[in-house]
Amino acid sequence: MDITNYTIDLALKPTTLDAWHVCLAGTSAILAGALILTLLSLVMCMARRKENNAAEPQIKIVEKIVQAEPIIQIVEKIVEVPVERIVEVEKIVQIPAPAPVVLKEANSDAALQLLYLLQNDARFIDFIKEDMGAHSDEDVGMVARVIHEGCNKVLNEHFTFTSIAKENEGDKITLIEGYDAAKVRVTGNIVGNPPFTGTIIHKGWQVTDVRLPSTVQGYNSNVIAPAEVEL
Amino acid sequence: MSFFEKMKKQAAETVKPDEAKKEDVKKSDIKSEVKTEEPKVEAVTESKVDEAKKEASELKVEPAQVAVKSTQKIDDATGKKFAVGIDLGTTHCVLSYADITDVEDEFSQQVMGISQLTSPSIVEEKLQLPSFIYQANDAELPANSIVLPWNQKPDFIVGEIARSLGSKTPIRLVSSAKSWLCHAGVDCKSAILPADAPDEVQKVSPFEATKAYLEHMSSAWLHLHPNAPLSEQDLVLTVPASFDPAARELTVEAARAVGLSHAILLEEPQAALYSWIEQTQGEWRKQAKTGDVILVIDVGGGTTDLSLIAVTEKDGVLDLTRVAVGEHILLGGDNMDLALAYTVKAKIEKDGKRLEPWQIQALTHGCRDAKEKIFSSDVASVPLVVPNRGSSLIDGTLRSELTRDEVNSVLIEGFLPNVPVSERPVSRARAGLQTKGLPYAQDAGITRHLAAFLAKQQNAADDLDGIDLPEGATFLHPTAVLFNGGVFKADALSQRLMDVLNEWLKTENSPEARLLEGADLDLAVARGATYYGFVRKGKGVRIKGGTAAAYYVGIESAMPSVPGMPPEIQALCIAPFGMEEGTKVELPTDEFGLIVGEQVRFRFFSSTTRREDVVGTRLDYWQDDEISELNEIEITLDQEGRRSGEVVAVHLGSAVTEVGTLELQAFSNKDNGHWKIEFDVRN
Repeated sequence: MDITNYTIDLALKPTTLDAWHVCLAGTSAILAGALILTLLSLVMCMARRKENNAAEPQIKIVEKIVQAEPIIQIVEKIVEVPVERIVEVEKIVQIPAPAPVVLKEANSDAALQLLYLLQNDARFIDFIKEDMGAHSDEDVGMVARVIHEGCNKVLNEHFTFTSIAKENEGDKITLIEGYDAAKVRVTGNIVGNPPFTGTIIHKGWQVTDVRLPSTVQGYNSNVIAPAEVEL
Repeated sequence: MSFFEKMKKQAAETVKPDEAKKEDVKKSDIKSEVKTEEPKVEAVTESKVDEAKKEASELKVEPAQVAVKSTQKIDDATGKKFAVGIDLGTTHCVLSYADITDVEDEFSQQVMGISQLTSPSIVEEKLQLPSFIYQANDAELPANSIVLPWNQKPDFIVGEIARSLGSKTPIRLVSSAKSWLCHAGVDCKSAILPADAPDEVQKVSPFEATKAYLEHMSSAWLHLHPNAPLSEQDLVLTVPASFDPAARELTVEAARAVGLSHAILLEEPQAALYSWIEQTQGEWRKQAKTGDVILVIDVGGGTTDLSLIAVTEKDGVLDLTRVAVGEHILLGGDNMDLALAYTVKAKIEKDGKRLEPWQIQALTHGCRDAKEKIFSSDVASVPLVVPNRGSSLIDGTLRSELTRDEVNSVLIEGFLPNVPVSERPVSRARAGLQTKGLPYAQDAGITRHLAAFLAKQQNAADDLDGIDLPEGATFLHPTAVLFNGGVFKADALSQRLMDVLNEWLKTENSPEARLLEGADLDLAVARGATYYGFVRKGKGVRIKGGTAAAYYVGIESAMPSVPGMPPEIQALCIAPFGMEEGTKVELPTDEFGLIVGEQVRFRFFSSTTRREDVVGTRLDYWQDDEISELNEIEITLDQEGRRSGEVVAVHLGSAVTEVGTLELQAFSNKDNGHWKIEFDVRN
């Protein structure tokens, strides 16, 4: 057989409409349609998800928000996927989640205020930020007296301290069942159930009264010590 | 969007029961209304958000600029009556109060924490309000940083913030206004303080400064007792015993100007004694006995005030009479700290170092603490450290030490020298070109001032039964001593003063004086003033006394004038010594012709020793130390109902008001017309 006899001329166009060609054309048309549909639904889905994210807190509160969105209604008509997402959201609302652990955020204002008082009355920040390596023990010790006195004054003025353990350090103590584990921390050979008997290592501190000054609205608590310029 | 509204409604419903509760609170406490009015929308949207966030939003919308977290409860106090005592000190003020709604109740009082700015934007409660005003530059402080819980825009910066800002910028600090009130030779209503300020600093008068302190305390009180304003309470203000009539009048006028028109005056040493009486809880009758002469020595931050109070018996009941008061001595605890600082300064500068003003100030501060340490323990010396002002505090730190010997020699020998009772304060002629300032005591020896006082008042208790001086006594012998003022917290100082006094008594064969124990040295004056408000209700013993001086007007005597010589002056007594509150006297025999519409001025004198002079006594001659001249007094007859230029015959009279001030008046001899004679404050 001579190979050249089987050469296919690609430029040739079918001149007659046979069943095979009709079938071929139909298939490619269907495929193209399916592709377009899939892509369209994907785009819609993406758009929905973005909105979901944005409106999340509201959704958590009342699920009706989602149904009110006009876009979602359109989506429902075309594709089923977004509808499935809505169902998911509803589930979150309906099943009451276990009480979440609420971590209280520390109030930085009060902390900054304390720093202000310590710096203002006791030069605390100056002292701590000082390069200790550059000075002799004697110099440091001398200044430490001033700082110590000032800090003590600030603490006494604004807080009332009491020790938790009324006994002396080194004394034996027995902790009965139900003792306040926040106030007393046991260490070492912790075995079995209370009562526990042990030695007081540190008598503990607690603040029974706080007297921090009030601040005026607009007060910039980040300023611990204003720069001082002598005119 | 409609469901948003639904949500609001829903949330609003959940808030409602709470609201209802708040509603109740509103009725009883109008003051808190502002807080409960807190925007509802915030509460709604965040009703499900955690508490912390809500609190934050509350703070945000709080209408008052200061979020007050008072340690003292705001007292509803409707229908309550308080006795309030205010110690208007030279360096700080204290307010004490007691509930006297039912005077049969046990008397118990407390000192009020006075809200004040301690630095820009920071409000704190302190038991003392430093008596300072700071006149800030417009650009100096952050905007809106000067507010008080009750005032968005206070007229003056007073209290702790004024003191601390002023310590670094003294040219803008108004201080010692009280001492100026009693300073003859200045107009207390003219804006003269701060004395050394550049022109741009807005000056205030000592009178205005006094007003500002009273205003601050009155507002602070109202803030805590919204339903019991100070103007409706029994208010007692303390003044130095040595205050002259004009200074007392100015104090009362300042109180009146801030709405405290019912305030009455009490002398500080008397207040200290009242406080002691209160604190001994009835025991005082055992500690004091008939024939006692109690010497009250009150050494404040800037002044020394002396008084003598005699204990007599009448119908089996102990009577207290204030028999003498000392002169106004501008010498106090601050002088002591300064003296120590200059001692240390001299020591440091020996090494060729020069100290800057801020270092001297820090040294003064350090010396105050060091002195207390030395007095309260047995250390031989206390190190003094003045850290560098910059952020690197170790470099450039100034160090020295204060030794026990220095403290002894400077304070004990310098301020309380062991001198014989015959010694008198040294007074040098003042330098010709003295700047206009306060007449500070030139001699720091408190014991010398005391010796002079006791000798001058030797006869103060002559009229009283049971008080007799030994033959040949050269001074009045006190039998008991009551100290007041933080200075005497140092036992070494109070002991020294007792030793010196007892030595004087020994040389004149008198028994030693006792120290009256149990006095609260810092707060006694305010506490005593409060107790006085209670005593005035008829509870407890009252110290009698009346005016502490006799008062005279100067009249030119009818003599031919001698060229080149000022006309001779006679002193006509118009108010005798010991005039009681609520009494009046007139001298109808001495007639003056006053021209209507014209100002007439009289020279005005006082004597703290001439007890025998009665109204109308004319003195042609007196000793220098017997009578001292005060600011002039003046009278202008208004034209009402009279022709200008008409001569009206008048006579003079005087009255001591219930408030405790002296009032001088001129009465027409023909009709009922009378005119007030003003204490001249110009000069």
